[in-house]
Amino acid sequence: MTTESISLTVNGQPRRMDIDPRTLLVQLIRDHLGLTGTHVGCDTAQCGACTVHVDGRAVKSCSILALQADGTEVTTIEGLATGDELHPMQQAFRDCHGLQCGYCTPGMVMSAIELLKHNPQPSEQQIREGLEGNICRCTGYQNIVKAVQQAAGA
Amino acid sequence: MYTFDYQRPATRAQAIAAAGGDAKYLAGGQSLVQAMKLRLAAAPVLIDLSRVADLRGISVSAADVTIGAMTRHAEVAHSAPVRAAIPGLADLAEGIGDQMVRNQGTLGGSLANADPAACYPAAVVGLGATIRTDRRSIAADDFFTGLYETALEPGELIVSVAFPRPARCAYIKFKHPASRFAIVGVFVAQTAGGVRVAVTGAKSRVFRATAIEAALTREFSAAAAAAVELPADDMASDMHAGAAYRAALVSVLASRAVTKTA
Repeated sequence: MTTESISLTVNGQPRRMDIDPRTLLVQLIRDHLGLTGTHVGCDTAQCGACTVHVDGRAVKSCSILALQADGTEVTTIEGLATGDELHPMQQAFRDCHGLQCGYCTPGMVMSAIELLKHNPQPSEQQIREGLEGNICRCTGYQNIVKAVQQAAGA
Repeated sequence: MYTFDYQRPATRAQAIAAAGGDAKYLAGGQSLVQAMKLRLAAAPVLIDLSRVADLRGISVSAADVTIGAMTRHAEVAHSAPVRAAIPGLADLAEGIGDQMVRNQGTLGGSLANADPAACYPAAVVGLGATIRTDRRSIAADDFFTGLYETALEPGELIVSVAFPRPARCAYIKFKHPASRFAIVGVFVAQTAGGVRVAVTGAKSRVFRATAIEAALTREFSAAAAAAVELPADDMASDMHAGAAYRAALVSVLASRAVTKTA
């Protein structure tokens, strides 16, 4: 098997390794780096559980090769908090209990941050539409929407 | 996923030189990577175009909007110049997939893949765009040739797409709720060359609904589009929508698109 070398920054930490070119970004994050906060839900690009930020853009890490993220700065759910202080979106999900089983939560949080970046004061409808790429199989959307509203300062 | 050789050229010339045999270009990968995971697609050589800088960017002139092949959907959706020049095109880009797909998927990737339910082909055909490749210009009407099939030759690389600015246009999609692909999507445009109505999702490839174009040429109104009854015999039929339903949707969505252009 031929390998390719990859250099990227994950949650502020420079990483360099040799990988099979077939490695997906989510496999690099979970299996190679042990950052298991990023979840694999559907593995077919529909559920959004694997959402991470690549150079500040929310993408589905199951839908890109790790090599496509070469040279980028990747942020996962583990990279959001500052020490013990949660990211405002994490705090809002906690305050509003924006989760049931929690499986979709990392992707929801990463996706909701992207949503507010482009629309800092979204309406409830815009939040629901903006998060359409993230599926909660518990159907716990009410409190997820409330959490995003709180994070937006609504 | 089957194994492949990964290449990441820095220039267009290097990319084209790397192409050959069954090599594939990798744009955003939002369809190709998933297809490769399922072993529905494979390539001995994968040529990642992400570092070829001159394949990206948007330029607007008095006549048209030109978008580089590697420009991401989100860049088009959030582009103020595109929204000012062709708001229907910015709207369409803003509705592709979801925000994560739009952050990674590209115009050129969508066109080369030619998914029968993709959104961009409707804008390309609806506006009568020109697809510029490394070797020629291809008219939108000649580009999509079948199910996942285009006029592109082996190794031919899409460089940019020029969308002529219409008098007005709009796109309406009736989408599948999970995949966000079009069950049917209709793009209506009043262009210098007349009314164009492009339909995606309803057949094996995007097509022009000429009967609706004729009706809208006589009278550009929502009622005129809604009154056209299309034959269902060559419409797609699957678990999401039957052929007769899709045929009806084309007229309904065309009429809504006409209303939206106002």
